[in-house]
Amino acid sequence: MANINIKIDGVEVEIEEGKTILDAARAINVHIPTLCYHEDLCVAGNCRVCMVEVKGARALVASCAMPASDGMEIQTNSLKVRSARKNVIELLLSEHNADCTNCYKNKKCELQDLASEYKTSGEAVYLDLVPLKNYTIDDFSPSIIKDDSKCIRCQRCVRTCEELQHVSALGVAYKGDKMKISTFFENPMYDVVCTNCGQCINRCPTGSLIERNYVDEVWDAIYDENKHVVVQTAPATRVALGEDLGMEPGKVVTGKMVSALKRLGFDSVLDTDFSADLTIMEEGTELLTRLKKALVDKDPTVKLPMATSCSPGWIKFIEHTFPEYLDNLSTCKSPQQMFGALAKTYYAQKKKINPANIVSVSIMPCVAKKFEADRPEMRDSGYKDVDYVLTTRELARMIKQGGLDFGALPEERYDSIMGESTGAAVIFGATGGVMEAALRTAYEIVTGREVPFENLNITPVRGMDGVKEVSVKIEGTVPEWSFLEGVELKTVTAHGLTNAKYVMERVKSGEGAYHFIEVMGCPGGCIGGGGQPIPTNMEIRKKRTEAIYMEDSGKPLRKSHENPEVIAIYKEFLGEPLSHKSHELLHTHYKARQRY
Amino acid sequence: MTYKKLKRIDLIFHEDCECHKVLEKTFSKSNDEIINDLLESGLKGRGGAGFPTGLKWKFTAEQPSDERFVICNADEGEPGTFKDREILFKVPDKVFSGMAVCAKVIGAKKGYIYLRGEYRFLLPELRKALDKFHNDIKDLIDFEILIQMGSGAYICGEESALFESMEGKRGEPRNKPPYPTVAGFRNKPTVINNVETLVYAFMICMHGPMKFKELGTSDSRGSKVFSVSGDTPIPGIYELELGMALDQFVEEFGDGDTKAVQVGGAAGFCVPRKKLKETIIGFEGVPTGGSMKVFNSSRSMYNVLHNYLEFFEEESCGQCTPCRVGCQQLIKGIEAVKKGEKKAVYLEQLLKLSETMKLASKCGLGQSVANSFSSIVGNFREEMIY
Repeated sequence: MANINIKIDGVEVEIEEGKTILDAARAINVHIPTLCYHEDLCVAGNCRVCMVEVKGARALVASCAMPASDGMEIQTNSLKVRSARKNVIELLLSEHNADCTNCYKNKKCELQDLASEYKTSGEAVYLDLVPLKNYTIDDFSPSIIKDDSKCIRCQRCVRTCEELQHVSALGVAYKGDKMKISTFFENPMYDVVCTNCGQCINRCPTGSLIERNYVDEVWDAIYDENKHVVVQTAPATRVALGEDLGMEPGKVVTGKMVSALKRLGFDSVLDTDFSADLTIMEEGTELLTRLKKALVDKDPTVKLPMATSCSPGWIKFIEHTFPEYLDNLSTCKSPQQMFGALAKTYYAQKKKINPANIVSVSIMPCVAKKFEADRPEMRDSGYKDVDYVLTTRELARMIKQGGLDFGALPEERYDSIMGESTGAAVIFGATGGVMEAALRTAYEIVTGREVPFENLNITPVRGMDGVKEVSVKIEGTVPEWSFLEGVELKTVTAHGLTNAKYVMERVKSGEGAYHFIEVMGCPGGCIGGGGQPIPTNMEIRKKRTEAIYMEDSGKPLRKSHENPEVIAIYKEFLGEPLSHKSHELLHTHYKARQRY
Repeated sequence: MTYKKLKRIDLIFHEDCECHKVLEKTFSKSNDEIINDLLESGLKGRGGAGFPTGLKWKFTAEQPSDERFVICNADEGEPGTFKDREILFKVPDKVFSGMAVCAKVIGAKKGYIYLRGEYRFLLPELRKALDKFHNDIKDLIDFEILIQMGSGAYICGEESALFESMEGKRGEPRNKPPYPTVAGFRNKPTVINNVETLVYAFMICMHGPMKFKELGTSDSRGSKVFSVSGDTPIPGIYELELGMALDQFVEEFGDGDTKAVQVGGAAGFCVPRKKLKETIIGFEGVPTGGSMKVFNSSRSMYNVLHNYLEFFEEESCGQCTPCRVGCQQLIKGIEAVKKGEKKAVYLEQLLKLSETMKLASKCGLGQSVANSFSSIVGNFREEMIY
């Protein structure tokens, strides 16, 4: 593309044709405020905060939506612009329930930031419209709370749900003064196709969409002397938590996080990575078993391709959208729920603690995990397997409340048992990670050799491409698995539900003939999860991903089947993968839900 | 300024039109010739915005694409406008013919009439006329016209919201550029013209550009169909030459006690009695899509404005901040001033707000709320307060 020259506030800028005025301004560090604009989404141009004056134009233009054209002269801070922008901010505030000190997003709100920049008078310019509106709060969902009174109608959530996730649980309803963001028939979020992925929360500029938080409940459990509080931390939390505590994206804070959790008073700080390794043992074996049934026993009832079942957003998506493929899901519970079921059985036995007194908490990059923990399927220990799920953001809040100077904390190690993990488990946090971990183990089981990739890094399944199709040829099998000799194992990896839908439609049409599908519900996988620090964008997600792979390559053990605690639990408790006990505690089945 | 005398014209509804013959004659011309005729005639869009019709067709024809569309905007929603209804009722063939000429020029195989939801009663007759028309033109052009019903939202008369609505989406205006000539319906180059514009385009094909150009002023060529309502003894549809002074109009249509005329509907301007003489009806003065509403001295201009604002508050799509919240603040604001809850100077703040809406709204709806607001508040300030 050719370059063009424009002038912004008198400064010459050369920029690629097709870029917007906002792009050009950012390229020379001219700050134009935005609200409805988000790097991950299509341009809406509806908040009108980013308006600028273009010489010769009758009206102001939205810089996010206006392509720069050669010779354009732009004022970003003229009298016209400032007065219109101030007015727009005042208008937004007049419709907004500005109960900031009671708001969960206090000091993390983009509207509040703008108000603090632009408000000088100390009083509202326009009439307060909030009392005239019948704003409602939808707090029925265990994952997401939607408060219409905080909504500024920027439609970031609507675009997120539609473009990134192809779910469209959220949409625009009514018009004019009654226009609002709502759901099908205005049903509660709990009762619609929402997958609880929380991507809308990650992009909501105000406190209109937030996670249901359990910070106080967890504090109560910690303070209760009769309770033994165990906490597990998901792989992706350790590469993002720092962002909410003043650090740059991409920082690995595993040791500091463990140290913080111990100081906050958790009785035992354990790792979801342990159960991620366990998942690989179960799921890998399940895949090989299904392949055997299909190839050797010619069993027509066996369902292939098999799909991963770690991501609760993906699970609910399948329940609503592709229920006919429910049996293609691996029966494995997610690592969080495997951990939960074992915490109140295996762990309780080993530590000689009454499971009734164990409170099981998990720190997750995810909002859907809150819903998952509440599922009726997740009580196989005889108790609620996971009692409370906190997002990475909620943990950051607890750390602040606990008065800890996070950056200065020493690095500490996870407790035992169920605290040991391998590099294969860490990479569960990034798209392609489960695939890579499964291949590392399954290939070795079948051939007795390591996967034929340098340093075990199966790079073709990594990265931000939405759909990654990778085939691995199985050669030199051990006698037990000789029926797989020469088989080309076809895999596909997708992240974000839009890509997942694409893959499933290919499966449905027969174009996609796969053996194994990995889907993570969120863009980039769990590192881009709905419970991760805000803001998010491609650059941040890439940095978190790099950190995940750095953590993997630094681990002494990088294959799940080498995890000594995993070896031990099979020896002492479970027997072998897919044993009766495994099925009882670590596997489950899901049910179809309505499309609407 | 040069004023034209008020003159009644009889082009559009004149009955001796054999559409097929005119089409035959027109189709024997080259596309460039037709476009040049349109440009020469000076025809500007009759929906209110006044973009030269010839240019619109030219740009669309020149835009590379495998598919192009012509759309007749029959979502006549402006309060006080009812002339498109009359045109579609009385001379639908001329509308279809205008679309067919456009289709030839731009290379469209399909045309759509986006019919206002409230005009559903026209549908059976339109369908009948359309069947006959399709049959009549099949030797001339491979072109089909379909009718798409609107559902009663004012905003869907805005061209890009209309496309969204036609595509089955929520009727919300798009960002511009791209303009419809580049990416309109289904993101293909599209000519979207008002009903009346298409008929005038066809009239120009029939009579040649000169007959049209002779009428009106240099900025506002030709005649226009007006919908006259309000305090008038003779409400109805009138085709008049453009460029008349408003006082002549009032003399003809007023009831002798005219206080103000709202030109162009809720989105237009309110002209008070004292300014009638100096106000010219046309693009150089006060433009109108056709709505002319006459108010006599029994009317409260506060009520008039309140009514318009109620309309906008409800009919804004709600997408952009200035329009959605601005409309609410304007109506609540004048209520508060009237009740004495806000001081009269608050009107100045509201005028500033309307100016922001004009500058910052995403589409013509929000941008034009200021027209009626500032002209009514500006001219009848006292009525707003006491």
